[in-house]
Amino acid sequence: MFSVSVQPEPFDIAAEQARLCAGNPGVGALVSFVGLMRDHNDGQAVTRMRLEHYPAMTEKALGAIVQEARARWDLLGVRIVHRVGELKPGDPIVMVAVTSSHRGEAFRACEFLIDYLKTRAPFWKKETTAQGERWVDARETDAAAQARWRR
Amino acid sequence: MIQVLYFARLREALGRAGEPIDAAGLTEVASLLAKLRERGGVWEEALGEGQTFLVAVNQEIATPETTLRDGDEVAFFPPVTGG
Repeated sequence: MFSVSVQPEPFDIAAEQARLCAGNPGVGALVSFVGLMRDHNDGQAVTRMRLEHYPAMTEKALGAIVQEARARWDLLGVRIVHRVGELKPGDPIVMVAVTSSHRGEAFRACEFLIDYLKTRAPFWKKETTAQGERWVDARETDAAAQARWRR
Repeated sequence: MIQVLYFARLREALGRAGEPIDAAGLTEVASLLAKLRERGGVWEEALGEGQTFLVAVNQEIATPETTLRDGDEVAFFPPVTGG
């Protein structure tokens, strides 16, 4: 199963993982990454966050990233779920889960997928601090993480 | 018509989420950008040479050289911060 979802609702990590493996006894490895909302950023406490996206483009961009991963590694399944809308500290924001026969492919593909998602998928975070609201700036370290995979 | 969209910080700076713009004379992204900058003020500022922003044509990342056709959807947005 290869699928992506963008949704305002919270997601169930265990249920998503179970669905990804169900009906495929050939799966020998499942690697998941879950990104959570921190209660601090750039030295300030953050109380809330709002995630905006470009609806027509988001799932298309995520689908293209999944295709790129499939072209590089032998994968049995990929599931990406990304939340939009209002979030609070501790909330899962994104989940990237990958299945393969052996762990090496799943580990590498999972890291590749989140690195690409962070620089290519059209999401924007706006956080609320004691000083008010502010847009989160893109990080140089994310661009560098993505650049490692260029070939 | 070209359907033009603005997201996040750009939407707030420009005071609108999108607008239709007459496609006449707009052959590629660069010519649309030049037309928007001609409005001056916040347009010149937010979409100026020194600003970092991305552009997508029909929901795919594009460059200033990307060709435009009547009916295209063009989006301008800041570097992405999801995940």
